[in-house]
Amino acid sequence: MDLLEYQGKQLFKRHGVPVPEGMPASSVSEALEAADGLGYPVVVKAQVLIGGRGKAGGIKLAKDREDVERAASAILGMDIRGHTVHELYVEKASDIAEEYYAAVVFDRSAKAPMVMLSRQGGMDIEAVAEEDPTAIAVVHVDALVGFRDFHARRLCFEAGIAGDVRGPVGALLGKLYETFVAEDAMLVEVNPLLITGERQVVALDAKVTVDGNALYRHPETGALRNAGADDEQEAMARERGLTFVKLDGNIGILGNGAGLVMSTLDVVAQAGGEPANFLDAGGGSKAEAIVNAVEVILSNPKVDAVLFNIFGGITRCDEVAGGLVTAFGQLQPKVPFVVRLDGTNDQEGRRILADASLRGVWIEETMLGAAARVVELAGAP
Amino acid sequence: MSILVGPETRLMVSGLTGREGSFHGLNNRRYGTDLVAGVTPGKGGQDVEGVPIYDTARAAVAETGANTSMIFVPPRFAADAIFEAADAGVELIICISEGIPAHDMLRVYTHLRRGSTRLIGPNCPGVLSPGKANVGIIPAHFFSEGGVGLVSRSGTLTYQIGNELAQRGFGNSTIVGIGGDPVVGSSFIDVIERFEADPQTELIVMCGEIGGDEEERTAEYVAESVSKPVVGYIAGFTAPPGKTMGHAGAIISGSRGTAQAKAEALEAKGVRVGRTPTEVADIAAEVLGAKV
Repeated sequence: MDLLEYQGKQLFKRHGVPVPEGMPASSVSEALEAADGLGYPVVVKAQVLIGGRGKAGGIKLAKDREDVERAASAILGMDIRGHTVHELYVEKASDIAEEYYAAVVFDRSAKAPMVMLSRQGGMDIEAVAEEDPTAIAVVHVDALVGFRDFHARRLCFEAGIAGDVRGPVGALLGKLYETFVAEDAMLVEVNPLLITGERQVVALDAKVTVDGNALYRHPETGALRNAGADDEQEAMARERGLTFVKLDGNIGILGNGAGLVMSTLDVVAQAGGEPANFLDAGGGSKAEAIVNAVEVILSNPKVDAVLFNIFGGITRCDEVAGGLVTAFGQLQPKVPFVVRLDGTNDQEGRRILADASLRGVWIEETMLGAAARVVELAGAP
Repeated sequence: MSILVGPETRLMVSGLTGREGSFHGLNNRRYGTDLVAGVTPGKGGQDVEGVPIYDTARAAVAETGANTSMIFVPPRFAADAIFEAADAGVELIICISEGIPAHDMLRVYTHLRRGSTRLIGPNCPGVLSPGKANVGIIPAHFFSEGGVGLVSRSGTLTYQIGNELAQRGFGNSTIVGIGGDPVVGSSFIDVIERFEADPQTELIVMCGEIGGDEEERTAEYVAESVSKPVVGYIAGFTAPPGKTMGHAGAIISGSRGTAQAKAEALEAKGVRVGRTPTEVADIAAEVLGAKV
């Protein structure tokens, strides 16, 4: 789960990472109130979960009330690479002398936290890594030993941090690591890490991703569901406890098990079709889950046909079939369904479907046959 | 032979008194697995259809000689249960639980790496050696004994491919679900190393998916250290970047972890990659058929 900048900074503050003073605002009047409270000049920043805000005009310096009003009205509602701005962050303007980069990353390849530091901040770090990998100092931390002073010293020396700020930069890294562990983060990134004219060290931006599986330990963070962060259909699926990802095509997909559903999308694409979604109905799919899933899939008006691809392990094909019959009764779909049932109780499942003689339901024996059939029925997207 | 589980397995189950734990634990016993104990704090002295329950893993191991532990507890208690089983001295831990916080798994992984306990999972369907033992939730009735070693990040996809192999008359030495999380106890390489050493295994099928770089590393390893034929499958060619596709570990980060890159890495090292589960079974049948 990705957090907005100001939400990330709230976590930073909790763990002593220095950040500029600021206030979130969701209207022009709130922005003015925030700026008045903070004192001018301020920076008005779009709060969206995508990079490149500055270039898109989503970050503006404001030296008085008039500026704030103009900036806030311009940025609220702005579209930044497909993300609508619903919230602003009004922050006291900082005096920028140097811009560094710092991050703690959950490195799944090394299976260890990785801490990074560079003097080349304020720009795309992947571009820095490509151009001059030696400009980024990196250490891997043993998860049971934790981040130690020597890690901080090593990073500062290897990154060539100026002597007068080595202490505070090192201390900030320690607190970033603390944030990373204590908040169950997968990523904590500060770009830029600011050195002010008075040689203060401040986190000017915050990009934080937290582990959705650990939210039970962080109820406050879990409550931060961002307006506009999710697609409407994805939000609907989540409320019903379904694993769902929206895609661009016109063929609705339901399967059981993440790998099989991914594979189903691929096979449909190979047959010339375009999937409209990923939906994993999960192990042991019960009738109610199937009804819910069908409802979510059909809520997308682009869907021209639906493919059910079930390989029953724990999931029983007869229960899936029963769920589909119930769903047809309740929802009366207008688009054709192709159903492939294999595995546990597959014959009973197929018999239930045959007995119900649902209109617009095709039963296929194989995954490839089902994919070809649904592509034919859906037609061009 | 087979790998990881077999006639020598003496199984204890953390969470055997739970609904899922008892259902699958007893299913495993019906298949022939030697289920010797359950562990549930506070329920020591009870039994589940004759299987004694202990309060601690240590007591279960001491009393029954359990050498394998299956973890079937809710995700927030799972890391603790893994630590406890390792502390009690079992050789193999198979963790079925899904949804364990990634930082918990990082600490578990870092700890286990220093000892000799092997972990399979979490977020996995378990391990089945057809005809010998089943530990986990793999529906055993689809599979028979044979020469194909199957290792996969996904459960149902494994059943799909295993079933297509079965329809062509090929059975399995062992089927290992390594799990769909970002940090799992055993990698493709750990399992393939055992298949390479296992006399029953004639061919290895590895079933990967988007996210991380395990498949790329495995390609290197196979080229250097594996003499048996390996056939690959990768799921997620149509997955968009930045979206978690069901499994916590199945996510393309930026341009990294794509199915295309993984398939190419494997093919570059001479591993044949099927583009559909059916094609994987076709290739495996072709290779094995040629050997017979």
